[in-house]
Amino acid sequence: MPHESLLPVAILNYISLSFVIFLIGVAGVVLRRNPLVMLMSIELMWNAANLLFLAFARSWMNNAGHIFAFLVITVAAAEAAIGLAIVVVVFRARANVDVDEVALMKG
Amino acid sequence: MIEFYILAFVLIASAIFVITAKKAVYSVVGLLVHFAALAVMYFSLAAEFLAVIQIIVYSGAILMLFVFVIALLSSGVAPFSAGPNRLPKIAGPALFAVIVILGFLIYGVAHVPAAAPHGAAQAAQSGTASIAGPVGAANVFGSVGDFGKALFTTNLLPFEITAFILMVAVIGVILLAGESAPYVQSRRRARIVEREMREAILRAGEE
Repeated sequence: MPHESLLPVAILNYISLSFVIFLIGVAGVVLRRNPLVMLMSIELMWNAANLLFLAFARSWMNNAGHIFAFLVITVAAAEAAIGLAIVVVVFRARANVDVDEVALMKG
Repeated sequence: MIEFYILAFVLIASAIFVITAKKAVYSVVGLLVHFAALAVMYFSLAAEFLAVIQIIVYSGAILMLFVFVIALLSSGVAPFSAGPNRLPKIAGPALFAVIVILGFLIYGVAHVPAAAPHGAAQAAQSGTASIAGPVGAANVFGSVGDFGKALFTTNLLPFEITAFILMVAVIGVILLAGESAPYVQSRRRARIVEREMREAILRAGEE
């Protein structure tokens, strides 16, 4: 049984906030052409998901949400490291910072 | 109550700043504010351990990685010593930002155990952790002890998988960007690529 009273505000506020941040992240990935900013937008999306995990964990008094958030942080760290390595390699090989011009994998 | 809305405003504003900033470094600064505000919000959700992890891993490790990559890719474009000294101009705002963030953090830490007392009885009854008590005790929801117990007993396998994921990531990064990466054949070619990179960065900066 969820306990909304345990949260500072109603759970709907957290859902909306998380949704808005996630959408901002999506907009960043779609609209920006700088791969570094795209990676940062992906971090925004990870964190929006994390916020929701923790809000629901608090609401249900169940720390499985904390474990999930921990896993998400780990995967986000791995993703950032590999993504940045790919960016460095692409820059090194093609001297290019625009993802639209790096379209080798395009069908 | 009001803290939530202040934090939500900071979170959304900094997120928008991240995706609209002209230079990647400014985006990193926006992301830093975002993560700090998020850590405060985690404190308000009684997730102390994850709030600290958020600051250490995200603001500490991941953002430093971003800054290093930006510095690496733009090295040679404008040496750090050549630019104008901006310190006098930004010292005031920077100090203000640090004080505000620290104030938020301290406020968040101070309010960790401030939970509704009527939830405690239900929590104790259902056998889960209680919500009120000294910070850090093992039976308080979201405390380091509580989280650690859950992580190393019921969720040991996910924790091990975490280690595996990080190992794969490290190996992948070394293979991709390591010393012997087979993308630059010779020193001469490396110098040409470096010059092209600089020009590309300059073009990207004007965007």
